[in-house]
Amino acid sequence: MLQQSANPQLIFTWGNPSRGDDALGPALYELLQNDHLSGVDLLTDFQLQIEHAVDLVDRSRVLFVDASTSAISPFEFSRLQPEQDASYTTHAMSPQALLSVYQQVYGNPPPPAWLLSIRGYEFGLGLPLSAAANQNLLAAYKYVNLLLGPAQSAASS
Amino acid sequence: MPSNLETAANPEKLERIVIEPLTRVEGHGKVTLLQDENLNIRQARLHIVEFRGFEKFIQGRPYWELPVLVQRLCGICPVSHHLAAAKATDMLVGATQLTPTAEKIRRLMHYGQTLQSHALHFFHLCSPDLLFGFDDEVRHRNIVGVIEDHPEIAKQGVLLRKFGQEVIRLTAGKRIHGTGAIPGGVNKSLNREEIDYLQKDIEQIVQWGQDAVELIKRIFFEQLDYHMAFASIDTNMLSMVGANGEFDIYHGGLRAKDASGGVIFDHIDYTRYNDYIREGVKNWSYMKFPFIESLGAEDGWYRVGPLARVNNCDNFDTPLAEAQRKLFKEAGHGRPVQASLAFHWARLIELLHCTEAIRELLLDPDISGKDLLNKGRLQGCGIGVLEAPRGTLFHHYEIDDDGIVNKANLIVSTTNNNQAMNESIRQVASMYLDGSQLTEPLLNQIEVAIRAYDPCLSCATHAMGKMPLEITLVNENAEVIDRIEKRVTGEIQRTVS
Repeated sequence: MLQQSANPQLIFTWGNPSRGDDALGPALYELLQNDHLSGVDLLTDFQLQIEHAVDLVDRSRVLFVDASTSAISPFEFSRLQPEQDASYTTHAMSPQALLSVYQQVYGNPPPPAWLLSIRGYEFGLGLPLSAAANQNLLAAYKYVNLLLGPAQSAASS
Repeated sequence: MPSNLETAANPEKLERIVIEPLTRVEGHGKVTLLQDENLNIRQARLHIVEFRGFEKFIQGRPYWELPVLVQRLCGICPVSHHLAAAKATDMLVGATQLTPTAEKIRRLMHYGQTLQSHALHFFHLCSPDLLFGFDDEVRHRNIVGVIEDHPEIAKQGVLLRKFGQEVIRLTAGKRIHGTGAIPGGVNKSLNREEIDYLQKDIEQIVQWGQDAVELIKRIFFEQLDYHMAFASIDTNMLSMVGANGEFDIYHGGLRAKDASGGVIFDHIDYTRYNDYIREGVKNWSYMKFPFIESLGAEDGWYRVGPLARVNNCDNFDTPLAEAQRKLFKEAGHGRPVQASLAFHWARLIELLHCTEAIRELLLDPDISGKDLLNKGRLQGCGIGVLEAPRGTLFHHYEIDDDGIVNKANLIVSTTNNNQAMNESIRQVASMYLDGSQLTEPLLNQIEVAIRAYDPCLSCATHAMGKMPLEITLVNENAEVIDRIEKRVTGEIQRTVS
């Protein structure tokens, strides 16, 4: 149901583009979209929601990307495991909890997933991306290209 | 009238219990309860930390940006803001009537938005309370608990949400930040492939809508007296209705009824909302308190949203929802249903209606039409009103000769329910907390009352929503004597004792 054909790799960013450094996720989405990556789907949203479990179906690996108020600059990168962490406020549904929902709804393990947390500093409505966050964004963009492999890096250079 | 728990006689002599923030509501709010030495609740107030910069954010921008720009105010119901702003800009560009295709595409988008919003609220945020009871262990009382114990219900919630989002994506052109509605119409209609994609699943979606209504009725009637009494308050109700009094969440006139169901005003042109609605202020809250001007601030406050809409309308124009509305109405025994928990019941009748309305529109050839836009002479003032998932939403803009917004006024749904939410928590506080030791399940009852309104308290940020729940006890000497923190992980830690 409601399943569209999917590329094996998914990069899922989230954040509000009009809330300062909360735009880090969507900003990375924009950069990557310009690269016309092959075999990779790019998705972005305001926040993670429970129905995003459907977007994980048939993926070989998933990269979640979010702004962070606490990550070590410029970003942190970590492997994710399904976790029932009770992060059930809709603003704060964690990718771990989403993986857990996937597992329980579909009855099998979710695809391998990682989280890229890009350090942000200012989150006010109407603020632009801060200069420091922009530096972190560029560093994260380079790192994602490394993760995607040499073919994608060449295509996007 | 506001209850006598709004302001205590000698608040400085009372202990203060702070619940902050509320969990499973959008944004950030806190409840303060003042308790005397005998553990009686003497004052109860809901404080909503509302961001006040929305109108400022909008001023100085060209009017044609509004339908896209306002979506960024709120990550929870961006489509409601998108469509309300689009309606206001229709007025600005002199488009007094939309083409059939434009109106039906917008309606389809709105039904998709309401469907997904109601599905999230019931299946994700509130079904844990209702299925497990208010005093269930907190870690179990969330969506993961629902999935574990009721896997089919939880899966239906996920897929209903997803279907609504797909309707939005196809009508708005994108998953988020859609540009579908523009001043004077829309910029796309649906092609055959898109219609087929949605039609493939619509019968299942309608069936799940029916199942959801049956589920809430079963839950409601299992403890009918309790559900009718919990947080129940007698209020006026405000909503939009169609030209013949039918349920209509996209366009119509304003109707207000009193607590007994008597008509206060009816079929009011919403561009004259300022003649009927006033926004009061109270010195203890940043959020305004709207009221019906003819009744005054004391008696004129009202409720909006599903409960008001289903009570106020004369009928639904879809058969399954109309049958359910009749059953709902019987529960009021000739009066409007005033139970706050009946919001859930009304919400799911609306969800069912949206599924039926989407099914009908998918069969309508107009949604593939090519006549998308109407325009007339540019006007200086534009007002757009619709029924957002949480209630009546007002967008009001004024522009200069260059088309730049120089004045904006937004009355969002949750603001309309401000006084009513306060009254509901006072009712719960006086009925369930008076004389009791405070415990997490008891405090959750306060949150259950607020969650019934599905308030959207602010916008999506990382700072908001990740804050822990904090309960602080302060004695009459302003000394903190106890503090309990509920973290985002669900852990509870006592930090002072």
